[in-house]
Amino acid sequence: MSGKEYRTITDVKGPLVFLEKTEPVAYGEIVQLRLSDGSMKNGQVLDTSDDQVIVQVFEGTASVDRQTGVKFLGDVFKLPVSKGLIGRILDGAGKPRDGGPEIVAEEMADIIGAAINPYSRESPEQFIQTGISAIDACTSLVRGQKLPIFSASGLPHNDIALQIARQAKLVDSDDDFVVVFCAMGITAEEYNFFVHDLERTGALENAALFVNLADDPAVERLITPRLALTAAEYLAFEHDYHVLVIYTDMTNYCESLRQIGAAREEVPGRRGYPGYMYTDLAMLYERAGMVKGKKGSITQFPILTMPGDDITHPIPDLSGYITEGQIVISRELHQKGIYPPINVLPSLSRLMNAGIGEGKTREDHKSVSDQLYAAYAGGRELRGLVAIVGEDALNERDLQLLKFSDIFEDQFLRQSRDEDRSIIEGTLDLAWDLLTNIDTKYLVRLDQKWIDKYHPTESKS
Amino acid sequence: MSEENGLIYRISGPVVTAVGISPRMYEVVRVGDEGLMGEVIELHGDQSVIQVYEETSGVRPGEPVIRTGQTLSVKLGPGLLTQIYDGIQRPLADLEATMGVFITRGVDADGLDLSKKWEFNASVSVGDEVSGGSIIGIVQETETVEHRIMVPPGKSGKVANIQSGEFDVTTTVCTLEDGTEVTMMQEWPVRTPRPFIKKNAPDVPLITGQRILDFLFPLAKGGTAGIPGPFGAGKTVTQQQLARWSDAQIVVYIGCGERGNEMTEVLTEFPNLMDPNTGKPLMNRTTMIANTSNMPVAAREASVYTGITIAEYFRDMGYDVALMADSTSRWAEAMREISSRLEEMPGEEGYPAYLSSRLAEFYERAGRVQTLGGGDGSVSVIGAVSPPGGDISEPVSQGTLRIVKVFWGLDAGLARQRHFPAINWLSSYSLYPQALDQWYRDNIASDFPEVRTKISSLLQVEAELQEIVQLVGSDALPMDQQLTLEVARMIREYFLQQNAFHDVDTFSKLDLQYEMAKAILTFQEESEKAMAGGAGLEDVVNVPARTDLMRGRFEEGYAERIGDLLGEMSKQIAGTMGDN
Repeated sequence: MSGKEYRTITDVKGPLVFLEKTEPVAYGEIVQLRLSDGSMKNGQVLDTSDDQVIVQVFEGTASVDRQTGVKFLGDVFKLPVSKGLIGRILDGAGKPRDGGPEIVAEEMADIIGAAINPYSRESPEQFIQTGISAIDACTSLVRGQKLPIFSASGLPHNDIALQIARQAKLVDSDDDFVVVFCAMGITAEEYNFFVHDLERTGALENAALFVNLADDPAVERLITPRLALTAAEYLAFEHDYHVLVIYTDMTNYCESLRQIGAAREEVPGRRGYPGYMYTDLAMLYERAGMVKGKKGSITQFPILTMPGDDITHPIPDLSGYITEGQIVISRELHQKGIYPPINVLPSLSRLMNAGIGEGKTREDHKSVSDQLYAAYAGGRELRGLVAIVGEDALNERDLQLLKFSDIFEDQFLRQSRDEDRSIIEGTLDLAWDLLTNIDTKYLVRLDQKWIDKYHPTESKS
Repeated sequence: MSEENGLIYRISGPVVTAVGISPRMYEVVRVGDEGLMGEVIELHGDQSVIQVYEETSGVRPGEPVIRTGQTLSVKLGPGLLTQIYDGIQRPLADLEATMGVFITRGVDADGLDLSKKWEFNASVSVGDEVSGGSIIGIVQETETVEHRIMVPPGKSGKVANIQSGEFDVTTTVCTLEDGTEVTMMQEWPVRTPRPFIKKNAPDVPLITGQRILDFLFPLAKGGTAGIPGPFGAGKTVTQQQLARWSDAQIVVYIGCGERGNEMTEVLTEFPNLMDPNTGKPLMNRTTMIANTSNMPVAAREASVYTGITIAEYFRDMGYDVALMADSTSRWAEAMREISSRLEEMPGEEGYPAYLSSRLAEFYERAGRVQTLGGGDGSVSVIGAVSPPGGDISEPVSQGTLRIVKVFWGLDAGLARQRHFPAINWLSSYSLYPQALDQWYRDNIASDFPEVRTKISSLLQVEAELQEIVQLVGSDALPMDQQLTLEVARMIREYFLQQNAFHDVDTFSKLDLQYEMAKAILTFQEESEKAMAGGAGLEDVVNVPARTDLMRGRFEEGYAERIGDLLGEMSKQIAGTMGDN
């Protein structure tokens, strides 16, 4: 395309600019706006026709007027990618934020990303040990999975994400993860917390950061995760890295999506969020996985805060339908002083069964995990009953379950922020120890052969 | 012809408006310099609105739009089985070969391998009278499935020439006297149901090996079922279990707007799984359609139609076909997304006003029919629904429930307790038992319906008792009611719970299901007797043989041993009377 500059803006509405009388402009094309004071803004074409073009401006439309010059750059949004991204801090639009030089591109990559052919995917099945018992035993993570943390304001989700980033490793391999960190609308304070922690542990040298803070333009948040994932794909599939993508906070991303939808006067879906939010989120979350013939992998840890602790809110709800499970942080456990306050009951890892068992973790893992769930769920349910009728009304089995649920929270869930438990000794053996508090005849989820082999007091070995 | 070529006027995501052509509704057009595939969905003055099945970024107004004269169709013939397609019947393996691991655009791929040679065995002779749907020959498509080559609907006459031998699917294998040439391949527009003579009442169950489904809430061959449930309640696992174990001869699995890794799991697993009925790989009878959530929405909208057309084609050969659609909510959302781009007046929750009629049309393509060829075939449709927040008062769930005859309601609470399958036995229902009871009496046991009624009423009673227990604790109940609670617990833990990931427990034959249900009722009767004779509740509940009976279901050969285990349990329970 020619570098022709148009001054044909008719309307400006929220983050959107409407123009007339242009030459044919491509859908998704990148746009540069030159304001009367000479400053520049960037945007992207959302709708194009012979008569009108609608442009979404990433930095917001403040100071845009009818005299603003608009230039179409003839290409879709691309990120310069190279191995040099590792160790760098970029802003939400992909420009250096750490005072360093521009990224020297080995390649320009389209940030929308193409869908991975399901036929070309490799089944994720390598167990990642996070060193956190609640996750390793009950919602085991595998390489190539997308497992979000469903949290809420005031809960220590950031600590958990950082602990995972620090401790995550494969049981029988030394491959390290490269961390791609993507911040969307978080506060400077939270950002500093992440950066200091990554610095303190030396992880920053092995990380690429894309940062859009709370006072950066909201619309920019829509491209920040796409930049991060484009970088992750490049590192994973061109340079064989195992990439762990942490992005926070998805809720801010969805707010921006709603803002654009409203400005375009679209028919809103539930709670004002656009009807295509499912597809839009899928375009991010689905960029995880492993593919045939490539060594690298992308594992995603999106963090989202549930508005009003409500798991049925559209943001966690739609996320849960796309991601392969979820780790749910509980306010109740947090208030009891338990860290990490992971409520294992609504938490889930869909790929767990592929990543555990003989040769991966241990043959009894699945049974143990089912039994822990059943016993803990039973015990928690009884707490409500006890509050009404007292412990006297309980039979022996119920009393044991009730006691178990307290022990489980106190000894199994609770661990310190730098405690890295191994899956066998630290987690599964601990689980068996705690299960001795329940008579084996009530342990109906355990195959007899595992009781014979692993039960600390009843085993036959 | 000049009217065949037009120009793009506007692009908004997957919706493109063209001027200068006057196509038919639902005609396939080629859009832009790259020739992206699209379908006409609205005519508006001189503008034609097109939904495009591929990503549209970079496309400009003024690029060409070319008519094809065809409506969206699928190619039907040998080679469908073991395939995995995208939403518009492009084989994913071919896409990988041409584009690599990422799906780019502007690439065409035939739904069937047009050059592959198949061994065709004619089953009619020169001079035979044939008509649409008549089977004229057989191709052994996979080890387990013979593909019956049919005369396309609407064609008939006397066979003038037919020959057996090795042919590709576009070669004429049969000529009729009026000159009609029949090949092994048919093309059929996906939005038009394939014809049949009449629908028959479904009176044979689709056996799935899943105890709660087969025993309490059965689906008939040719029936329809909906599985609504919040995320994590096990919709996909249930659908996959049905695809694995149901006794249909052909399975069509549509992954509609779902996870990529999940489809991969199915793809890697199915070739290794054996069909319990034939002992051959399950993949031999399966066709898969995978349109993951990040693939273009318009193709997601089409995927459901592509799938059901393939299912109907196998039905027409006289097969029992089971079709799983996971998830119909994503299909509905694709409709909503396209509808909102068209700026249509929305109905409930932004869904288009025609949502419920589209759902009804889709499920109505299920059924047990007398085929054009005179045979008996069926398509059973099982649709997963993903209601936001698990609340089934939303439009897609409600639209589905108005049509389907079986409702398997998944329950987040049960899933949280790791009670799988997490199908709520109180809210689920099936309208088929009456039609199927005769079949059960004839083929399994004469008292099968009565046993089922007893089991389900025990669960009902339990629910009522639990309300009291919530208030006063179980110790406050009389002994006989406490026993009822124990029996109901046994139903839940031993019978209803079934481990999909356990080699043995994942599938129960129907006669074993009946034996297990009878075992529970035997436990109840024997315990009542023993307790009347002075035994305590704890005594009868804790007899070791009961644990053996229950744990035994995880071991091979349980069907042979259950009688002995049961006898031992009865003996031990009777023995408890002597203790007191």
